[in-house]
Amino acid sequence: MSKPLEIPGKWEIEYKYATGPYISKFLEGLKEKKILGTKCNSCKRVYVPPRMFCEKCFIELKDWVEVKDTGTLETFIVVYRKFYGLPDPPYAIGLIKLDGASEAFLHYIGEVDLSNPEKLPDILKQGQKVVAVWNEERKGSILDIKYFKPL
Amino acid sequence: MKKVAIIGVGLTKTGRRNDVTHQELVWEAVKSALNDAELEIDDIDAIIYGTMDNFDGISSPERFDSIALGCGRGNGKPLMKITTGGTTGISLALAAYYHIASGLYDTVLAVGVQKVGENVEAQQVLNTAVEPILEKTFGLGAIHAAAFQASRYKSTYKKNIEDYMCKVAINNRKNALRNPFAHLKLNITDEDYYSSPYLVWPLRLLDSCPSSDGAVAIIFSSSEFAKKHSENPAWIKGLGYISDSYWWGTKSIEFWDNLAILSRRVFRMAKISDPLKEIDVAELYNAFTIQEIMEYEAIGLAKKGEGWKLLEEDITSFHGSLPVCPSGGILSTNPIAASGLIRVAEAALQVMGKAGERQIAGVKTAIAHAWGGALQFHGLMVLSNE
Repeated sequence: MSKPLEIPGKWEIEYKYATGPYISKFLEGLKEKKILGTKCNSCKRVYVPPRMFCEKCFIELKDWVEVKDTGTLETFIVVYRKFYGLPDPPYAIGLIKLDGASEAFLHYIGEVDLSNPEKLPDILKQGQKVVAVWNEERKGSILDIKYFKPL
Repeated sequence: MKKVAIIGVGLTKTGRRNDVTHQELVWEAVKSALNDAELEIDDIDAIIYGTMDNFDGISSPERFDSIALGCGRGNGKPLMKITTGGTTGISLALAAYYHIASGLYDTVLAVGVQKVGENVEAQQVLNTAVEPILEKTFGLGAIHAAAFQASRYKSTYKKNIEDYMCKVAINNRKNALRNPFAHLKLNITDEDYYSSPYLVWPLRLLDSCPSSDGAVAIIFSSSEFAKKHSENPAWIKGLGYISDSYWWGTKSIEFWDNLAILSRRVFRMAKISDPLKEIDVAELYNAFTIQEIMEYEAIGLAKKGEGWKLLEEDITSFHGSLPVCPSGGILSTNPIAASGLIRVAEAALQVMGKAGERQIAGVKTAIAHAWGGALQFHGLMVLSNE
């Protein structure tokens, strides 16, 4: 039998994702430094980013609210390894519950010393207050918020 | 509903299997299961096949793997393809069970295959499963989700949880030394663990599963067929599947609420009231060390926030009273869509007494588990020798 071979392959496929009326309005809001959510009148949850329907009550959401750009860090991780095709390390990501929102969402945590992993629990804590740092140039993207920094 | 048994198991060697094509790897597993059950391909009524296409860089590989499943013989066998992420393998086992319990078929061949080693970076593939508008940009894969669990567990329940993650890392890699079908075989120490680099804090390289190529095939049958063709089948006593929200904020990160609900349902079906005493072996889906500890708690082997205590008392090691993953687990071998079905295969081999060097003495009841999605899906199965 001959020695098995490998041949190279690559998927390069382009897409365009529809952002829908709710996320589109949210992204437009970010341009104006406004963070918008939708409120469920049945369970009173405030979803940020906004949703078209409440996943618990299974009803359409029609009431919009604006929440603050400050919030609470629920948990965080720090990426130290370069994964091919993904952002360059090191960087921190957190689950952040904005003041006025019911549930956490995902974003970068910045202005934090990530050089010593063993010190991270002293630097970032569950329950810590954070604030959004906005990009000067905003294009209607989740990255119009550059990151959240500890308060 | 009809009773359902497992009458044949076929595992392949795992690791980087660049000695065979996708199709050839499937055939290897299928032939091995048929040999184990002493059956021919024409004895099989229906086929359930699963893979997660984009890891292997082939859309719908069932199109050409079909011939390795016996579908090219012109006898018109039904073929169902299942793709449910990390739970794919256990979904295959559940689907095989439903096919037979319904009375529609007597024999079903379930096959899981994956060649994760065929892609350059598994986390890049996993990132294609992340919500594309708001979350994908942060570069998340599976390890990032598990790192959130570890970070949250650490700050909620146990500051030094890594000292117990270390034990999980060592136990599983040592168990794999006994398993000829395992990928990673590492005889590691505490020192190796603590010098292992962080990939995504708090998870180190040794907290994480490898990228494996591998396949597994299991033959399920009705009790009538099993009584005629098998001296020593494994019987399915309980099973189930549970789902939860995609979104991070909607579910608890440090405790697997939905696995706890599923376990109660499945153990009620299997008439298990004290899982720690009544289960002899548990094959859990421990893709990352922290998850094995969280699974102890959700399955009811330990109280919430106290799963690490089982490791302190060595209960879940190979010689403990409830060995977890004597196969070496996902931490040693992870051909993703096959991994859940490998858990079922290992649990079946244990109750049949056919697990070779990794056999635990006197196993009557074993469980197999898998998680998938954005930490949101679980499947669970209870197997017994009676």
